[in-house]
Amino acid sequence: MAILVGSETRVICQGMTGRTASYHIERAMAYGTNVVGGVRPGKGGTRHLDVPVFDTVSDAVAGTGADASIVFVPPPNAASAMIEAIEAEIPVVVCVTERVPVLDMVRVKEALEGSRTKLVGPNSQGVLSPQACKLGVMSTVHERPGSIGIVSRSATLTSEIVAQTSAAGLGQSTTVGIGGDPVHGIGFVDCLQMFMEDPDTRGIILIGEIGGAEEEMAADYLKTQKASKPVVALVAGRHAPPERRMGHAGTLTLFGRADANQKIEALRSAGVHIAPNPYDVAETMRQSLE
Amino acid sequence: MNLHEFQAKKILAGYGVPVPDGGPAETAAAAERVARGLAGKRYVVKAQVHAGGRGRAGGIKIVDSASAVGKAASELLGQTLVTEQTGPEGRRVRAVYVEEAVKSERDIYIGVLVDRQAGKVSLIGSVEGGEDIEARAAAKPGIIKTLLVNADGGAAKGAYEEFAKKLDLTGALAKKAASLFQGLIKAFVQIDASLIEINPLAVTPGRELLALDVKMVLDDNALFRHADFREMHEKDELDPVEMEAQANQINYVRMDGDIGVVVNGAGLALATHDMLSDAGGSPANFMDIRTTASSLDIAAGFDLLLTNPNVEAVLVNVHGGGMQRCDTIAEGIGISMKRSDCSVPIVLRFAGNNADYGRNLLGNYGISYVEARDMRDAVERVIALVRSEAA
Repeated sequence: MAILVGSETRVICQGMTGRTASYHIERAMAYGTNVVGGVRPGKGGTRHLDVPVFDTVSDAVAGTGADASIVFVPPPNAASAMIEAIEAEIPVVVCVTERVPVLDMVRVKEALEGSRTKLVGPNSQGVLSPQACKLGVMSTVHERPGSIGIVSRSATLTSEIVAQTSAAGLGQSTTVGIGGDPVHGIGFVDCLQMFMEDPDTRGIILIGEIGGAEEEMAADYLKTQKASKPVVALVAGRHAPPERRMGHAGTLTLFGRADANQKIEALRSAGVHIAPNPYDVAETMRQSLE
Repeated sequence: MNLHEFQAKKILAGYGVPVPDGGPAETAAAAERVARGLAGKRYVVKAQVHAGGRGRAGGIKIVDSASAVGKAASELLGQTLVTEQTGPEGRRVRAVYVEEAVKSERDIYIGVLVDRQAGKVSLIGSVEGGEDIEARAAAKPGIIKTLLVNADGGAAKGAYEEFAKKLDLTGALAKKAASLFQGLIKAFVQIDASLIEINPLAVTPGRELLALDVKMVLDDNALFRHADFREMHEKDELDPVEMEAQANQINYVRMDGDIGVVVNGAGLALATHDMLSDAGGSPANFMDIRTTASSLDIAAGFDLLLTNPNVEAVLVNVHGGGMQRCDTIAEGIGISMKRSDCSVPIVLRFAGNNADYGRNLLGNYGISYVEARDMRDAVERVIALVRSEAA
């Protein structure tokens, strides 16, 4: 049944009446996503895209039985919207909003501690279980239902790998964009865990890039696991332009990390199959499944 | 957004962090006036550029009289300073900061940033500070101490004093340090900083703490709630080409190769650079078209690429997403090519959302291009094109 979202998932949208949200929610509905309502303070009691609109998330949950939310609220209020969804105990929340202040995300992380919610994002293309549920803004051209779980820090590179796995006849169980921001909700490790436990997923593709330490943490996690499913990784940025920097603090917290080659080595030493280049990710997976 | 030392010190002083007396100046005469208003007999004249490593690059001068301050300032002002953090093009010095020279018995390192893994504010300290802090920490990782703090700036009672003790600050100094740390974290949270660094934090012979140098970076994403800081934004902080791109929803970095690169999304852009470099190609730029860029934004970004005289061919590698579709990018390229009347060869690889529509649009603009089947084909074709141009 894939991970995070499936055909039974009941979706609400926070910030639903906005132009961008309306555009994407209409497409998600056309895709077959079970959108049951929206939230927009001050517009409670009205209808939009033929579903009821509520003033608050808890009203929407009470009125619709929603168990997933997608947040399109602009940056100044995005963190409050995420916290509202967390407090309403919605199990899966995707935040699409780009450019959320990082200290706002520190507050959101505090709200997440000990909560029931799995937050995906912000700055995420969302979660897609092909032909079942689209909780996101990704294009749906090349995806096919199948057996590969994809977790990624990059939206367009995900679309690329989705197309490859479909062409290779593997398809996808679920794709998850964990988002490009420094502080975000679930990470590679959470997704690896869920994919490992998901009976529909036969192999996992991890798409990483320079910066942060998600890849190293994924490697550390996989070292502790009896890998029952093959994991293939692509780490982009071996030839990235040099980064400008101010001061030393960034490097002091990341000693020995953040370089693409070091990430690749960490993953390789954890038994991950490294795709030699971005064209051959699906082929690497096909071979490792044999 | 990077702040200058004098701006950062002014902000920190407002939060009770002790800094030496001083003031900024944009002319030698003004620098001399600042010096005459200070109490001490020795002065430091510091180039105000957005980069570390100024000391080693000759951007900091210590002098013994107010008139020597004027002379030092006139030497620094207008100079282009190249430090290990500026890149080879360096930074032009438009202002200096003049302050009392302070004797330091010990140099401590203090930094604050958001720890992306913990998702918390992190206070970092080292008993050994100074410009070579990274080398020292590499040799002795144990000298780096950290304390995680909540977004409201709250830490457990006594945590700051404990932290001070880890930096070998004891007795009255530990108490002074604790209150300094509290002010520093409060400042970090209230101004939405993404980095504050005090290096060094001096322990003076009189057992006082003084922030001798401060670096401060603000979170660009939070500037909407700090209208007052936007005025401090220096127009020439970024490369003008990159600034122009930023204003058009495009992340752009100039590089020194001959293949212009157009990609949507940072991850695909990084992957494209890897593929090009592995195949022996050399990118002229990094370009990541954001999901929010309109066709006019994209046209402006493509203009920038066309004005680069080193560009022999352009690789367009776009995977149309839900938010940034191929047709929008095709329209941007079409507008730019039409108005520039430029004939640089283009290798085009469109996939995903509205790929066919995008190719048709480019055809309607009368733009000729080499169509690639997939990414590998695109990379091979653009490199072949550049090699044939060179031959």
